[in-house]
Amino acid sequence: MSGDILVFGEIRNGELKKVAKELVHGAMTIADGTGGSVDALIIGTGAEAEAAKLAGLGVRKVAVVDDEATANYSPEGYATVLADLVKEGDYGYVLLGATSMGRDLGARAVAKVDGVMFSDCVELGFDGGTVKVKRPVYSGKLYLEIAPTGGRPVFMTIRPNNLPPAAEKDGGGEVARRASGIDLAAIKAIATEIVPLAGGRPDVTEADIIISGGRAMKDASNFKLLEELADLLGGAVGASRAAVDAGYAVQPIQVGQTGKVVNPKLYIACGISGAIQHLAGMRTSKVIVAINKDSNAPIFEKAHYGIVGDLFEVVPILTEEIRKIL
Amino acid sequence: MKIIVLLKRVPDTEAKILINQEGTGIREDGVKFVINPYDEYAIEEGLLMKEKIGGDSKVTVVCMGPEEATEVIRTALAMGADDAVHIADGALSYPGPFTTAAIMAKAIRDDGFDVIFCGKQAIDDDMAQVHCILAEMLDVPQVSVATTFELSDDAKKAVVGRRIEGGDEKIETSLPAVISCDKGLNEPRYASLPGIMKAKKKEIRKKSLADLGFSEVPGGGRSRILKWLPLSKGGECRMIEAEETSDAVRELVRLLREEAKVI
Repeated sequence: MSGDILVFGEIRNGELKKVAKELVHGAMTIADGTGGSVDALIIGTGAEAEAAKLAGLGVRKVAVVDDEATANYSPEGYATVLADLVKEGDYGYVLLGATSMGRDLGARAVAKVDGVMFSDCVELGFDGGTVKVKRPVYSGKLYLEIAPTGGRPVFMTIRPNNLPPAAEKDGGGEVARRASGIDLAAIKAIATEIVPLAGGRPDVTEADIIISGGRAMKDASNFKLLEELADLLGGAVGASRAAVDAGYAVQPIQVGQTGKVVNPKLYIACGISGAIQHLAGMRTSKVIVAINKDSNAPIFEKAHYGIVGDLFEVVPILTEEIRKIL
Repeated sequence: MKIIVLLKRVPDTEAKILINQEGTGIREDGVKFVINPYDEYAIEEGLLMKEKIGGDSKVTVVCMGPEEATEVIRTALAMGADDAVHIADGALSYPGPFTTAAIMAKAIRDDGFDVIFCGKQAIDDDMAQVHCILAEMLDVPQVSVATTFELSDDAKKAVVGRRIEGGDEKIETSLPAVISCDKGLNEPRYASLPGIMKAKKKEIRKKSLADLGFSEVPGGGRSRILKWLPLSKGGECRMIEAEETSDAVRELVRLLREEAKVI
């Protein structure tokens, strides 16, 4: 097994996910340690057009797979393409984004090559001749620093927004088309349809800014206040479990232990008390703002900035003030 | 129809998790253990499927965990599962995903199956890998993080909805398959009193590694834990106070722009 690293560049709607450039950064860290090279794989419709985005980052070779069998996502199909390339290229390391697709196909592919995988890594380093990662366990209540024992391919899924994107470098890498080698008729599970989210807002797991509401929102219609602010900032709207259970918000935007784990640059918690399950889902946000009537709410212990006040008074002013400066 | 549901015993979501004195794991004293919350959706989906198909359909729970896991298995049986396989062996501590998948694959293959439901991840190690590795070992497809599940009339296929970044994806899968379940898929039922009484008489088949034909722990030794790390204590919260709310908000906006540089 070599010290080379393969980065999986995920595309959705024909566009490369931004985490791909962060993965290249992580891959370069490993390459510095092993002396190996960084290659990339992009699968799906539009792969070739997006390949240039990675080829300019000091990547040696970008393999592009775009044929009939890979037009729609299939866990087995995509995992087969990835595993075949890992075996053929004798890659020692594989990096994927910790996304719906990356986590799903990564775990299937690592089984195919009998490797080892670390999920949801937030830090990645290389010293003493080995890669080591830091990853949250117990829903983010603790972290584990963990390393492979060696001798088999190491897969890692990396949470978006944790590593900086790789910098552009002179001299583009080679882009090479590759056949999937998959028989579409043999695929047993395949995506047939994707219905985009209504409202055009980013998903909470991908948003740079999240405006979140809790039980104090009092009613579903009051989430309009948060939506207005989120739209102004190009952000997403989130909710605590209490707000979802009360029927004020839908489950897919729930942030916390039984909802989504988010990692935005800015998280504004409005009327959220900060139950341990909620904190587990948002504590890694870069900047946390808490707005709450209760100055003893636990959310203030995790927040960077706090305002004690009624969200129905504070949020509209906040929206107006931000509108003025944008 | 043989419906399998995978179960794991994990610390309660409310539990405060602390590192033990030796730094080798968590402190279990005083921690309440429960069914992994996502597994409840898996149990419910299994029971719904059994009710829909009827006949001699059966829901079997497969759980790997210490002796104490009997308690969460009984809960699943009280909800309505028919019987259970409990894999317990002193040699298993902090098993990795390949270990768990290899052992479960053996137990499930021995019994036969038409569909396997499990939680989208266990809220202790949060790997979300076992179901994919298991699917590969059993040579069946997997669909991860299901929020809808529609069985075809002939029960040979299913359309599974899952929430992905920015949309809802529908995946059509043949059965048998492994389906990992997310919150929102259904409303898990509570165990009824008659259910609890009946559960006491249901069979839990205890299996050791040797019973399953393993002479050693399979799939182990792939990683080593270097360190358990507590969360860094968050910095002090800067409370922004002013006579007028609007002044406080204006100061907040200034700080977010000039100091934190996030807007």
